[in-house]
Amino acid sequence: MKYVDEFRKREEAQGLLRKIREISRREVSIMEICGTHTHSISKYGVREALPPNIRLISGPGCPVCVTSAADVNRLLDFSRSRRDVVIATFGDMMKVPGSSSSLQEEKARGGDIRVVYSPLGALDIAREDTGREVVLFAVGFETTVPTVAATMLAAREEGLKNFSVLSLHKLTPPAMRALMDTGEIDIDGFICPGHVTAIIGAGAYGFLATEYGSPCVVAGFEPIDAIMGIYMLVRQLEEGRKDIEIEYDRVVTWDGNLKAQEVMRSVFEPADSLWRGIGNIPGSGLRIRDEFADMDAEKRFSIPPGEDAEPRGCKCGSVLKGLITPDACPLFAKACTPEFPIGPCMVSSEGTCAAFFKYRRAA
Amino acid sequence: MTKDIKTILLAHGSGGSHSRRLVEDVFAKAFTNPLLAPLNDQAVFASPSGRLAFTTDSYVVKPIFFPGGDIGKLAVCGTINDLAVGGAEPLYLSASFIIEEGLPMDELERVVASMAKTALDAGVMIVTGDTKVVERGKGDKLFINTAGIGRISGSLDLAPSGIKPGDSVIVSGTMGDHGIAILTHREGIRMETPVESDCAPLHTLAKAVLEAAPSGVRAMRDPTRGGLATVLNEFAASSGRSISVREDDIPVKEAVRGACEILGFDPLYLANEGKLVAVVSKESTDAALDAMRSHRYGRDAAVIGTVEEGPKARVLIETSIGNRRILDMLSGEQLPRIC
Repeated sequence: MKYVDEFRKREEAQGLLRKIREISRREVSIMEICGTHTHSISKYGVREALPPNIRLISGPGCPVCVTSAADVNRLLDFSRSRRDVVIATFGDMMKVPGSSSSLQEEKARGGDIRVVYSPLGALDIAREDTGREVVLFAVGFETTVPTVAATMLAAREEGLKNFSVLSLHKLTPPAMRALMDTGEIDIDGFICPGHVTAIIGAGAYGFLATEYGSPCVVAGFEPIDAIMGIYMLVRQLEEGRKDIEIEYDRVVTWDGNLKAQEVMRSVFEPADSLWRGIGNIPGSGLRIRDEFADMDAEKRFSIPPGEDAEPRGCKCGSVLKGLITPDACPLFAKACTPEFPIGPCMVSSEGTCAAFFKYRRAA
Repeated sequence: MTKDIKTILLAHGSGGSHSRRLVEDVFAKAFTNPLLAPLNDQAVFASPSGRLAFTTDSYVVKPIFFPGGDIGKLAVCGTINDLAVGGAEPLYLSASFIIEEGLPMDELERVVASMAKTALDAGVMIVTGDTKVVERGKGDKLFINTAGIGRISGSLDLAPSGIKPGDSVIVSGTMGDHGIAILTHREGIRMETPVESDCAPLHTLAKAVLEAAPSGVRAMRDPTRGGLATVLNEFAASSGRSISVREDDIPVKEAVRGACEILGFDPLYLANEGKLVAVVSKESTDAALDAMRSHRYGRDAAVIGTVEEGPKARVLIETSIGNRRILDMLSGEQLPRIC
């Protein structure tokens, strides 16, 4: 497969790992922000192949995991109160436990909740049954937002009156800033997410280098991308540089996808957002602009905020901030497993706990 | 006549004349054989010699027609395969239909014709059955349950508990074809190279392997739901041994890999409906592999790993870039990723 196989070559991967071992002298802590990186690094056994002085920390990069307990409860309350509404959601959201149930359980109890593979899937449902309201529970980072925006523009152009969106979108750079500002964790550099950066551009991380002295490398998601990204970052750290570098240059540019940014801006505007484990981060979410109020499910159905109660004993918050590894949570692999997850990090396939459970448990 | 009624009515499940006509015009006609012909409440046949194997499974696939097969073919092949992996020669099947009111009659007839053809080709008879009709909205077009009886000759005893260190793990072909065929068809995902389900009866393939390696086959499974990873973990758990496989050696079609990349799925957890996983002794490996490759359903067969001493009953995979990690069981269902 083009653009995949050449980034999974054994000799090249092992050669890069050797080079990392050769140049790496310092103890360094590197945060990979994106859940897909966490997953790829775990799936290909990269962590175990690195020298022990390089610590990889998984950050808040899974959209399901960072959705606050309040928002999960809000989705569940809405589903229970409006059984007449079709709720469209992306797969992993189905299993996230709220205080009393999950969307999966609400579906079994009679809620019309459907998994869609893209926002357009939700639009198809609305087209097929124009007599019923369809609400898309939209979670995701900058990667997902342009397609949701484009879907809303398409709905408007078609004159569809029964489609709306509950925007729980989150923005990456403000969360990285908030993480640095907590001062709780010592991060020497970041592996930045390829897909998000394809949209926003690598320039968006400039503040990390200039204000916080943290170098960044934007990496793709194949194992060699991830290893190359780590190599570039380690090289910077060993040389004492603090630059923003792009490993994923087949997709990512400095300015990003200007067209996608424009589409995004035409429908959404920045707003405060509540992140699981981190709390409220100013300007880190996206709300629907007033011009699209008719498609804003929050306004259309007056959806009240939900109760912000974390599951008892769950340490997902600390995992998301990179303060602990999953196995330091007392519930990990005991009360909390992918089959019976207690926290969202164990639910999502992009979640740190799920990756740790699946690929590293007792390895 | 049934032919004049274009859709399934509740009356077809009433037990009265509509039911009788449905059975006679659709089922008995398609499955015609002397054991079914009397249309009694049971099929009567002489006991086959040797030990008997008995299995049952229900089929609820959506959509009921998909590239490479349909729910009827699946229901016949699935039960044949559950017998075949135990080393049994499938003989007789039952077929129970739970039909949703409003199912077009021609769709039912297409499914039944497909079942009849699959059974005929495989040399098994559908000898008894049942029909129920549920109200519109209370089913999903059509559910089929099949049970099967097969004969195990000699003293063959296939059991994962007999798996030993040094044994080889062989798969009969590419992984994940059925799962991706269903998923892409159901979700309307257009692929440059469409993937067809591998749905096929495997009893002759299983027989060929058993004949080629009469005392070397320790265990066989068909990796359906949960895929290859789940079967390997079951083998490891039952035998108390570790299994080590190499990602590069596991055959996966290019189109399946592509679809998995897009959807965020792992082909090792996807369902197959026409593949065998066999654990065979080191000495019998070549013979078993050759037997598979000589069979129409085993042309892409490959040795993918070996059984190790332990220390723990677990499955390890050497990734394509040369590192090792755990290959765990599937828990829950695979869901598409968000980004």
